[in-house]
This record gives sequence, C-alpha cells and structure tokens, in this order.
Amino acid sequence: MIRAFGYNEFLFLLSAVQWTLLLSVIAFIGGGIVGLVVALGRTSDVKPLRWLSTGYIQIFQGTPLLMQLFLVFFGATVIGIDMSPWVAAAVGLTLNTSAFLGEIWRGCIQSVPRGQWEAASSLGLRYPGLMRYVILPQAVKVAVPPTVGYLVQVIKGTSLAAIIGFVELTRAGQIVNNATFQPFLVFGIVAAIYFALCWPLSLLSQRLEARYAAPSR
Amino acid sequence: MAVASEPTRGGKAPAMSADVVIRMEGVQKWYDRFQVLKDIDLEVHRGERIVICGPSGSGKSTLIRCINQLERHQKGRITVNGVELGPHHRQLDLVRREVGMVFQSFNLFPHLTVLENCMLAPLKVRGTSKAEAKATAMRYLERVRIPEQADKYPGQLSGGQQQRVAIARSLCMNPKVMLFDEPTSALDPEMVKEVLDTMIGLAEDGMTMLCVTHEMGFAKSVAHRVIFMDRGEIVEQNTPEEFFTAPKSERTRSFLGQILAH
Repeated sequence: MIRAFGYNEFLFLLSAVQWTLLLSVIAFIGGGIVGLVVALGRTSDVKPLRWLSTGYIQIFQGTPLLMQLFLVFFGATVIGIDMSPWVAAAVGLTLNTSAFLGEIWRGCIQSVPRGQWEAASSLGLRYPGLMRYVILPQAVKVAVPPTVGYLVQVIKGTSLAAIIGFVELTRAGQIVNNATFQPFLVFGIVAAIYFALCWPLSLLSQRLEARYAAPSR
Repeated sequence: MAVASEPTRGGKAPAMSADVVIRMEGVQKWYDRFQVLKDIDLEVHRGERIVICGPSGSGKSTLIRCINQLERHQKGRITVNGVELGPHHRQLDLVRREVGMVFQSFNLFPHLTVLENCMLAPLKVRGTSKAEAKATAMRYLERVRIPEQADKYPGQLSGGQQQRVAIARSLCMNPKVMLFDEPTSALDPEMVKEVLDTMIGLAEDGMTMLCVTHEMGFAKSVAHRVIFMDRGEIVEQNTPEEFFTAPKSERTRSFLGQILAH
C-alpha cells in the first residue's frame, strides 16, 4: 500500500532526529573519555602503552566503521551476549570515535612545547599534576576547534547504525521510503536535516579556530 | 656583552670541609653513539657559586640537566643533597623539589598568571596552603622587583620580566640549589642586566648556584669557581682570577680569546 509523503511522514523523520542526536552525544562522550586515555597512551614514556594505543588507533582508522558496527553487533551474539542494536551502535561508535579523537588529541598534547614539560618536572610536578595543571589546559585550547569539527563526522557516522536496525534518522528515512516510494524526496529531506545539524557545528569550528589562532592575551 | 653592575663577591669560596650539595662521579652520557659527557667529576659545596662556560655542544647544558635528571646519565653516580639519583621516582622527586632550574627560554606557563605560576608547585607538590603559597609568591615577586605584575599573564611581560618571574617561581619551592641554563641568552641586550642583577642578589644571600652562561663579567664578579668544558670534558676549573688571567689549557686560551676579543 503506497502512501503519499505528507506532514505525518515529515514529523516521523523529525522525531527520529532525537535518536541520531542521542547516539551522537553518547558516542562523543564515550569516545571522549576513551579517547583521552588513548591520547595519553600515545604520548606516554612507557613503550608498551604507546604501542598498544598506536595499534588501537590504526585498527579503528584502517577499517570501515560499518565493519566495526557489524563486528560488535554480531560478535556479541557469537560470544553469547544478547546485544540490542542500541547498545551495539553506542559501543561501536564510541570505540571508533575514541580512536579518531585520541589521534587528534595526541597532536594537541604534543604541540605543547617541550620546555613546558621540563619546567613543570623541574618544579617537582609528577605526571598526573603535570598533565592536569600544565599540559592539558594548553592542549585543550588547540584541541577545541578540531574536536568540534570532528563532532560533524560523529553525527554523520551514526547513519550507519541504520544498517544494524537501529531506528535513527537514516533508518526512519528508509521506513518512510518503503511506504511512499519517493526516494529522492525522502532522502533529500533526510540529507537536508543532517546538513541542518552539521553545518552550524562546522561554522562554530571555523569561528573557534579563528579565535584561538589569534595571538593569545 | 653586558657586565654585572659592580663587583659583589661576598666573601671567599666556602671551605672544602663545607657540606657537599652535589657530587658527580665518573658521569658519562651518550646520545646514540655520540658521547656528550665524558667522565665528569664535580663537587659543589653549600653556598658555592659556579659558572660553567665553553663552546656550544661542549656538554655544559647537558651536565646541569643531569643534576635534576631532565637528561638521564648512563654511567657514573650523581648525588644531590645526600640522595643518589637512581632509576626510582622517589629519589627523583626528592631531588627535583630541592633543585630549582631557570631556562634560556623562561618556560613560564602561559595559561596561568604570574602569581599562579609561582603558586602552582608549592600548592601541588609541597601541599602548602593557598594563603601561605600566595604570601611566599608575593615575597619572591617583590624580591625580583615585579610584584605589580602578579595578575598579568606571561605573554604581557617583557623577556627580562619573564625571566625574573621564572627565577621567583623557582625560589618559591625554597630550593637548596639553583641551576641556570643560559638564563640571559634569549634576552635583548637591554634586559640582560636586570636578570643578572637578580642573580647577583641571590648570590649575596648565599644561594648555591650553577650557571651555564657566557656572561664573563658575571663570572668574574660572582663566581667562586669557573669551569671550562669542551667536547664533553671538564678541561679546566679555577677561581675567576686565575681562570681569566692565567688559563692553563690551550683550549681555554683559544675559547677566551674568541669570546673576549670584541
């Protein structure tokens, strides 16, 4: 039975935006926490930690996000865990995001001049204090623009969760299309909604970059 | 080359029997296969002021950076204030909180105010109360004559002011020894004097100091002992009088000839 694309269909798409956003927020927060650990590992003096985090980054950057989602979703079943598409999408996106944020933040940490580490160490600060009070506050300034920019990638990445059956914006588009058979219209609207979410973030990232690039104080 | 304001040599070099604050025995260090420090033996006594000079690449910065282990030595023993530097963090912590260091490039923390720069280590390393850390910081900022800059950020200060803040920041930890790694080399000429004057003030108060510097006027007026290094070795060490008027080694003569020529 074919329906026309109407106001109700549009509302259905809009209401799916909340799941896209929620998934993005979870991936971003989870990815941020794990990503910090990865970034600290990448910049560590301890060789095994460096190898481990480098390997982690390379695996997640070197394989498609879709495969990662498949592996989490079906892998969980193989080892006997019944994982909902929700959890699988959240876990898969968190892991993927953490690898990319970890690598972005590694660069930011390393952009803090060596002299800052030396001055802090020579004052007797040990690693945790040195990181927390001296290095990270300076790295954060550098990190904000690319991190906000990467949020755009996270939002777009959530669309792949549609394939493992999680109903977010893209999946909602597929459902509407199956009923209306107006793919160009439906997916055009879906794309426009993604654009409306991502474009402001891109602009924000550019503005932040211009602000932080200005000579500081 | 700026010359320190006036001779301020305070008394004679401490006697040999005085406590040894730093002892280096047979210290060697390599960068890959290049040996930067060759069999360094050095004793620094409490209250002693030593100037280390030598051509670039002679290992003088590496030597003082080994004392607080910003560089690790591979052979030999370094003892600071009775603590031998080993592979463990505990000794390193003990040594670093007693040894202050001033860098060529100041290395102030740009995201913190001058006052916060001075308070950070006492608060987080020594666990001093905030009120006490602030009082100490202000006392030392007054001593380097810039208390009015306390709430500014390092980027708002001149190079000379920044270096004086860096000295105050080190002093806030109440160190037993101060290391200076070419503290005036990155400064415009007109700012060299204010930093040297601050260092002379420290010397007058009896601080134990090791300074890597090319300021020979400072060496003449302040040092108890001048050490000349070349190619990773201590070639010659003597009182400034002897060192400048009657250098024994040919390498020392040629170095002095070059830097005192103009």
